[in-house]
Amino acid sequence: MAYQFNFAPVFANFGQLLAGAWITVLLSFGAMLLGTVVAVVCAVGKSAGPAPVRWLINAYIEIIRNTPFLIQIFFIFFALPAIGLRLSPNVAALVALTVNIGAYATEIIRAGIESIHKGQVEAGVALGLKRGQIFRYVIMKPALRTVYPALTSQFIYLMLTSSVVSVISATDLAAAGNNIQSKTFAAFEVYLVITGMYLLLSLAFSALFALVRRAAFDYPMSR
Amino acid sequence: MIRAFGPNEFWFIVMAVQWTLALSAVAFAGGAVGGLLTALARVSGAKPLRYAALGFIRLFQGTPLLMQLFLVFFGLNIFGSGINPWLAASVALTLHASAFLGEIWRGCIEAVPKGQSEACWALGIGYFDRMKSVVLPQAARIAVAPTVGFLVQLIKGTSLASIIGFVELTRAGQIVNNATFDPFTVFGLVAALYFVLCWPLSILAGQLERRFAKASAR
Repeated sequence: MAYQFNFAPVFANFGQLLAGAWITVLLSFGAMLLGTVVAVVCAVGKSAGPAPVRWLINAYIEIIRNTPFLIQIFFIFFALPAIGLRLSPNVAALVALTVNIGAYATEIIRAGIESIHKGQVEAGVALGLKRGQIFRYVIMKPALRTVYPALTSQFIYLMLTSSVVSVISATDLAAAGNNIQSKTFAAFEVYLVITGMYLLLSLAFSALFALVRRAAFDYPMSR
Repeated sequence: MIRAFGPNEFWFIVMAVQWTLALSAVAFAGGAVGGLLTALARVSGAKPLRYAALGFIRLFQGTPLLMQLFLVFFGLNIFGSGINPWLAASVALTLHASAFLGEIWRGCIEAVPKGQSEACWALGIGYFDRMKSVVLPQAARIAVAPTVGFLVQLIKGTSLASIIGFVELTRAGQIVNNATFDPFTVFGLVAALYFVLCWPLSILAGQLERRFAKASAR
């Protein structure tokens, strides 16, 4: 094998990679937060809404879960401008990621809500809690605690999927790699370093999620 | 010159489904072999094997499929096999599927009660026969639903092969879109075709899961 590995151009442009990694982190967190809001609304709608609402939410979930993310982002970035909705690449990326994670998280959170025993809610009513309090403390918090592992591994998967937004010229980590690669031709070296950075990001995300779990959900289970 | 979206464009996209299916089939077949080996290594008695399999799974589950495709694509080039999207996409997706199926099937093997293996031990049944005739057939029943579920993920994953120049459904859609500038129709059709491929599998996975949950609740 006569190939000479050359990592110098990669590290000469390391600043670009860090800037890209930051965008990846921002996009991931933005989509996680917005997607969770979408998911809570849709999960409640699916558990308790009228039939047409449930039907619409089901259609949304099935369409998103059974088509590739790449097609979803093409649709949002290339097809929506045709009906007058033109988004910049990074905004389109955030919208696409939010729409995507929203569908997956809805199913996860709905499973959590359905795991709450009816008696819990009745106990809340009996104790004189207000509707908002029941929703927040009796339903949502235990539900989120139950599905937290499934939800956070879906979030990490989302962060990895976000590399696909580089195809619509968003400025994330993968896009920074494409940029450096096209200027230096050190393709393998660039992508090797970037893959390592994604691996570090996913490790950092799981460490962060473990901390959040400890801070928010570390109280004894009911018997 | 902008072409209109006509029957030719429609059939060009529909016919590209065969390449998506072919790539999915190759990756699934390769991933089944690799996944079985990975799962067996994960539950084996040899510590180095267990850790090697764990490292392999963590590596492929902790990095984006897109980067795996790029690395294999450019890596094969370094090893002198030239630019070959078919080969690169097959190899990358096979490795990807091996890691995911390995982790799924490890769980299924571990779900088989330990007494089964101990009974084999007591009866003097060796490793090969124990796996082939006792453990794996029982694990396979549990594995069907999540495996079908992963197949959906794999079919969707093949769309990324378009980025390294493999002409399948997504790439065909891009080619037609570049000629017709009709993204609504083109990507709508492409999305509908993926949906037709994946939705029945998703429903099947859900049914199998419920049936199994019912059977094991007794």
